[in-house]
Amino acid sequence: MPYLRSFGCALPAERVGNEALAARTGMAAAEIAEKTGIRERRYAAEGVTVADLGLAAASDCLANAGLTAQDVGLILFATGTGEQSFPGPASELAARLGLASTPAIDLPIASAGSLVGIALANDLAPRYGNILVVASEIMSRRISDADPDTAVLFGDGAGACVVSRDEGFARIVDSALYTDGNSAGSLYLPCSGTLQMNGLAVILHASRKLPRAIGDLLSKHGVLPAEIGVYLMHQANGNLLRKVASTLKVPEERVFSNIERYGNTSSASLLIAAAEWRSSGAQPAAGPIVLAAFGAGFHWGVVLAELP
Amino acid sequence: MSKQTGILKVIHAVADLSADPAPDESLFGSGALDSFTLPDLVTGLEQEFKIRIPDSDLVPERFDSVAKIEAYLDERAG
Repeated sequence: MPYLRSFGCALPAERVGNEALAARTGMAAAEIAEKTGIRERRYAAEGVTVADLGLAAASDCLANAGLTAQDVGLILFATGTGEQSFPGPASELAARLGLASTPAIDLPIASAGSLVGIALANDLAPRYGNILVVASEIMSRRISDADPDTAVLFGDGAGACVVSRDEGFARIVDSALYTDGNSAGSLYLPCSGTLQMNGLAVILHASRKLPRAIGDLLSKHGVLPAEIGVYLMHQANGNLLRKVASTLKVPEERVFSNIERYGNTSSASLLIAAAEWRSSGAQPAAGPIVLAAFGAGFHWGVVLAELP
Repeated sequence: MSKQTGILKVIHAVADLSADPAPDESLFGSGALDSFTLPDLVTGLEQEFKIRIPDSDLVPERFDSVAKIEAYLDERAG
């Protein structure tokens, strides 16, 4: 039964606060904070690539696992903001880790991409051993100040996770993945252009589909939402995190949140949150872990893991 | 019987309004509803009218005014 073995992350140094966004977009700084729960986000410097951030997060994650790149049997790399249509950043990451034959597969899935990667890694770990899941996004280059509702949400960053066949700090119990393409036009990034989002539709679907998916997986295993030690979720919007907690009838504090400092880093946000939770020493004394994400596609899913 | 009484009851429960919105008034345009009160409105309609609104019907424009909500509920009942 595969395990979550380690997390890692990498954040660019440049901090962009709400005042700076207000000056660019015309939306008041206080309104940005109220609508999103975000105080600042990080932007990658010019010339930094998705693979650069991914490599930094992967290196952090491998160090936390006590592994070297040579121990990795498979790489899964999620991003929605790669610099080119193909190849994606997975093969470059593998090469820069010194791997010349290890399979490295791109997951061109924004928002939920890292959750999808972990769920796939859970199924593939018996074959590949240690699987390095990486998610990296440079959203700041794909937003338009002319669309303030979207522009104020996003930041840049990368996260990583090692899923191991034989050891780790939490055993993966089960996972569930879903896709509903009927609303694919509600959130998309064209090949050339900026992010397009119908926030009303996205939040409406997310606030119903995500709690339902979590509830279904927990019910399948006879676990109550209140018994979960921590919910590690895609950091889409502070208000959405609170709404999910409310629907599940769990205290807001049970849902780990760092969106105030990083904004929505799309597929990377789940792993950045997980890395900060893991390194903060704020692990629950007892109680399973839920990882969950929802995003463009719509793709969404849940992973349930239990501490020993 | 008109469903407007029940619709208005739900709208007032989720939105901070001092008066009833006009039947054709845009609830999004007026600021009565936003992305975080819309899900509460849908849940409230399910409870008030004892229905389940499927994901395929989760189109924000369906819920943009009292008249549109009533038309949607009538369509479902029909």
